[in-house]
Amino acid sequence: MSIEAKLLSANFDRIIPDSLEDYKRFGGYNGLKKAMNMRPEQIIEEIKLSKLMGRGGAAYPTGIKWEQAHEVKKFPKYVVCNADEGEPGTLKDKYVMDKDPYKLIEGMTIAAYLLGAREGYIYVRGEYKKSQEILRGAIKNAVNANYLGENILGSDFSFDLEVISGAGAYVCGENSALVESSEGRAGRPRMKPPFIKISGFRGMPTLLNNVETFASVPVIMDIGGEEYASYGTDYSGGTKLITLSGNVVNKGVFEVPFGITLREIIYELGEGIANGRKLKMIQMGGSSGACFSEELLDTPLCYKTAKAKGLSLGSGAILVIDDSNCVVDFAKCITEFFLHESCGKCTPCREGNRQLAKILDKFAKGKASKKDYVSIDRISNAMTNGSFCGLGQTAATALTTSLKFFKEEFDAHIYGRCLTDCCSMSEGEE
Amino acid sequence: MREITSQQKVREVVEKYGGVCEKLVQILLELQEISGQNFISKEVALTVAEEMGLPLSKVYDVITFYSMFSVEPKGRHIIEVCKSAPCHVNRPQSVVNMFESALGIRMGETTPDKTFTLQHSSCFGACDISPAIKIGDEIYGNLTEDKVLEIINSYREGYRNVNRS
Ligand SMILES: Cc1cc2nc3c(=O)[nH]c(=O)nc-3n(C[C@H](O)[C@H](O)[C@H](O)COP(=O)(O)O)c2cc1C
Ligand code: SF4
Ligand code: FES
Repeated sequence: MSIEAKLLSANFDRIIPDSLEDYKRFGGYNGLKKAMNMRPEQIIEEIKLSKLMGRGGAAYPTGIKWEQAHEVKKFPKYVVCNADEGEPGTLKDKYVMDKDPYKLIEGMTIAAYLLGAREGYIYVRGEYKKSQEILRGAIKNAVNANYLGENILGSDFSFDLEVISGAGAYVCGENSALVESSEGRAGRPRMKPPFIKISGFRGMPTLLNNVETFASVPVIMDIGGEEYASYGTDYSGGTKLITLSGNVVNKGVFEVPFGITLREIIYELGEGIANGRKLKMIQMGGSSGACFSEELLDTPLCYKTAKAKGLSLGSGAILVIDDSNCVVDFAKCITEFFLHESCGKCTPCREGNRQLAKILDKFAKGKASKKDYVSIDRISNAMTNGSFCGLGQTAATALTTSLKFFKEEFDAHIYGRCLTDCCSMSEGEE
Repeated sequence: MREITSQQKVREVVEKYGGVCEKLVQILLELQEISGQNFISKEVALTVAEEMGLPLSKVYDVITFYSMFSVEPKGRHIIEVCKSAPCHVNRPQSVVNMFESALGIRMGETTPDKTFTLQHSSCFGACDISPAIKIGDEIYGNLTEDKVLEIINSYREGYRNVNRS
């Protein structure tokens, strides 16, 4: 038996993505039809029972989020989908949009029905132009078939959906920055409170969820919250789309039940380490996630267990790194990413990333000393505790965690040696 | 060959989006695409500001914030090599070297005929075929020297018939 569990991804490569007929043939829109015959409290109850938690990274319980959004008594309300998917090593939202776009559309429609929202937006990163086109086509078909637009399925519920394009900025995945960007401005995070749920898009109450979160809702409505939850662990309900990348034989997106171990993911789904090399390090949750060694391989996939070990599932990215890679060089790559993506609004993040990048460059050139550990400690603390948004707060995670597991490799660089020959160890051209 | 985006064209695009400030990013994306050289010129930015009743500084705040916008002309096709971690561990430098030698330019440069610009980019969601590159909306992975040449030629000839994975 395969260790995958295909609920959300059941239609992948089975249907023509923008064919509404295909979608309906495999149970599409059953969820919306059921929801439209339920009272708001019942819809919220099913989602709570499912133990669905936000799939965008922060893992906020979706049932509670929807309940709060429902309770706000200010209109118009907006339903917004976060399809910014900028976390390196994550392409699961793209899979949903490209392979089963109606799941997302149906999920957003159910949310709109619950909230009494009239308009919704899907904010798709600029790099995913093809996904934007697929979504636009699917939205058009749904309007023609009366699953979107005026008086959906003959009811007095109307809902319009539009695609907005990002233009290349990782920070726009942060919810308030996403709203700023949707309103045509530079995507710098907003001061909170007021929270998005009260004052979001156009200053109005906004429900914002990740692609995978919305797309899970039709499944939950269809099979029931309890059934959905039963796939996962006691704490983390259902299934998760993970993206496996790096030095494994079989890279890609897989849907797995919570509770499966990282070892199973890497050695069964991923078919092990490529090119006959050995596993060195894993980074989970994207570039903002923790780096760790083989000793945590038997950790089951679950928000709670992960947290107890100082890890976070984040977006569900699992990056496998083999022993030909250097930990210092890797940390440098991550830090340069955050230096590039920092929006510059606050000092700890803007300057912290710059200083960390400089220090790591010293390590890579064999010019670092033990004193630099003190600086790393001080700077990363300031960033984690003092940054304005999640970008700066997590930017140093990869570095601090890899220092915990691979200190001796950093030490070797202080003595002028890179064990893998990835670092130039000189003032070279770089 | 430089394609000038006329004031008339800018007006048309602004109009298409109803001229509302909320659509500024979408308007600029479209204007950059039709520029033929993947950039927003000073003249275009000025016309946008004028037509939409926005201060020019506001337009530039947006243009300079997002990495997909450029204020300098670039090649007709931008070849982006991902340098984020999941591609990094699959050694993208060899891919960079292949493109540099095939195009006769260095990373960050544009070919003299203005056909190609070679640049780095953050992850664009092709980590399953890393090291990956992106040209316009197309993504290519698992690259070999032969395939690189084939890809470049296909853009030179205006065809897009290369196997992408
Ligand atoms: C810097 C930063 C980048 C983020 N990028 C994304 C993203 O690309 N996609 C996403 O869904 N959430 C992203 N998030 C999380 C969102 O802010 C938000 O928590 C999420 O979209 C809420 O949806 P969910 O509850 O369905 O997960 C990001 C957060 C931060 C701080
Ligand atoms: S933490 Fe970084 S990305 Fe977030 S507001 Fe501060 S500078 Fe901008
Ligand atoms: S890391 Fe290169 S495409 Fe994702």
